[in-house]
Amino acid sequence: MTGDEACAEGALAAGCRFFGGYPITPATEIAEHMSKRLPEVGGTFIQMEDEIAAMASILGGAWAGQKSMTATSGPGFSLMMENIGLGVCTETPCVVVNVQRVGPSTGLPTMGAQADMMQARWGSHGDYRIIALAPMSAQEIFFQTITAFNLSERYRTPVFIMTDEIVGHMSEKVIIPPADRIITEWRPKPSGRKDRFLLYKPGKNGVAPMPAAGEGYNVHVTGLTHDEKGYPVMSVEAQEQMMDRLCRKIDDNLDDIIMTEAHHLDDAEVVLVSYGISARTSLAAMQQSRAMGMKVGFLRLITVWPFAQRQIAALAERVKALVTVEINLGQMHLEVTRAAAGKTPCHLVGHAGGTIISPDQVIATIKEVY
Amino acid sequence: MPATARNLTPKSPEHPLEDLIRSDRIPHIWCPGCGIGTAFSAALTAMKTSGLDLQKTCMVSGIGCSGRAAGYVKLDSFHTTHGRAIPFATGLKLGNPALNVVVFSGDGDLFAIGGNHFIHAARRNMDLTVICLNNLNYGMTGGQVAATTPFHARTTTTPSGNPDAPFNLPLLAWASGATYVARWTILHTRELTECIQKAILKNGFSFIEVLGPCPINYGRRNKEKSLQTLKMYQERTIIRNNPQMDDLDVDFTKQVVLGEFVDKDRPTCIENYDKTCRILE
Repeated sequence: MTGDEACAEGALAAGCRFFGGYPITPATEIAEHMSKRLPEVGGTFIQMEDEIAAMASILGGAWAGQKSMTATSGPGFSLMMENIGLGVCTETPCVVVNVQRVGPSTGLPTMGAQADMMQARWGSHGDYRIIALAPMSAQEIFFQTITAFNLSERYRTPVFIMTDEIVGHMSEKVIIPPADRIITEWRPKPSGRKDRFLLYKPGKNGVAPMPAAGEGYNVHVTGLTHDEKGYPVMSVEAQEQMMDRLCRKIDDNLDDIIMTEAHHLDDAEVVLVSYGISARTSLAAMQQSRAMGMKVGFLRLITVWPFAQRQIAALAERVKALVTVEINLGQMHLEVTRAAAGKTPCHLVGHAGGTIISPDQVIATIKEVY
Repeated sequence: MPATARNLTPKSPEHPLEDLIRSDRIPHIWCPGCGIGTAFSAALTAMKTSGLDLQKTCMVSGIGCSGRAAGYVKLDSFHTTHGRAIPFATGLKLGNPALNVVVFSGDGDLFAIGGNHFIHAARRNMDLTVICLNNLNYGMTGGQVAATTPFHARTTTTPSGNPDAPFNLPLLAWASGATYVARWTILHTRELTECIQKAILKNGFSFIEVLGPCPINYGRRNKEKSLQTLKMYQERTIIRNNPQMDDLDVDFTKQVVLGEFVDKDRPTCIENYDKTCRILE
């Protein structure tokens, strides 16, 4: 099946039962697949009037108690930013898939890119933390969609899957394990007296339990700065406390959230850093360089946000160069450079989008810096 | 105050809507002379007397003065982004069809930035009750022109008068497919409350427009004192059920028609989805 279909199947396996969508190339197949499959499993699909509404609807779906999702590409991702901020502020679990295509604006709708990476991090206004994953194959997008739901439920936050047109449209073998082999998590549920319940009072991992509408908690959910009860408070102190809570539930759990994959890092002199479809380019480039006798390693970012700062900083201490491979003009490359903090030179192999990067391009850079 | 006097002070009577109000959030932000409070209490009274399971009843608001309503109601309540109350409410209802979902918001929120969502929810016949407090301008931001501001009215962004025509909201709702449409002013609380109750109990997309004064930001710039606005509501309105839908412009230089304009039945979004998309066992 295609990456898009595998994504939809992963969502269903994770327990997603509400999808609010809007068609857009190259993400449409996710909506199409969900429209067929959701009613079969007792869920609901709705095609909304635009991506703004799609994003708003999945927040509503999440507060109704469902695992909810939407999928889009760059132009739609831009429209969703407003309510992504509401999701972050109100700590609403949901999954947003961005099957990236070439931008800016309408760009090249049918061609792949990885140029929304910084938008994923900073696209909605204000300070916040976000979790984003980047799958490199149809099989992986299936599993990562489940992981994305689990992280969103565990940390009560929107989670992104930052895939791309190439993974989304590529047909590959996907093995779907039996349901009892798939671990699915649910948001922590409150207990104790309903009239004393505090909607944003953090539990053990910094995350507050979350009831659904209709359960008798009389929750108040607002995008205004609010206190632990959820009530708006217009003060600098309340803002500080809320932001502290929002950031800490991610910052204090980086080891749990950040997933990377290390290839031949132990003896590496040059390390490639990549994610998503460009990780496949990088793997090939690493293998071919090793065959040529160059000690090249590869760090794959499975979680792209929060950024694997510590891993990069440690590598920067001991390698000759870091080479970021991504289909854009340098986005995660900026983060790698920042994390390397001048300890080692950082290079970019990237382009303006529309095609996959060839391993030859990466090898050419490796040879230059080796 | 001496102790004896304090003992003699009678305990202030409980507000009849006490159980539905977050009294720990009072005082509210609404200005003296504002119409929102009246419309809000009409909505709460209607909910209370409707016999609905209030634990399963939610209020969703957008942004603006009326959008603050969700913050004062002691129900599951959602204060969303500007214009997006309806799509949020759509997800809430589809996520759990057992919920009764009431959207309470203003004219700027629902019909300018949120206009597209309104017509599509009405087209789908989403089972929502949408109450719009129409005060003819953007009150929260200091009185700018809205999609409902009368032709030639002055606002801070139309200092020489509004060059544009306003929406006829009941006509828009009807044309989009709403199954229940009514309009009242805050002077007509009894009729308003009855219609809101009817709307809440009705399956499908219901829309109630409530005309309410905004003396501070709209009235002041249009030589309309609070009481004068209410007098207009009394003298220049006419109740006409089942009227011509294109006669429903809000133009107080003529007569403004109030009443119950649409009350019909068609399958709701969820009924249609279940019949069309679900595999029957």
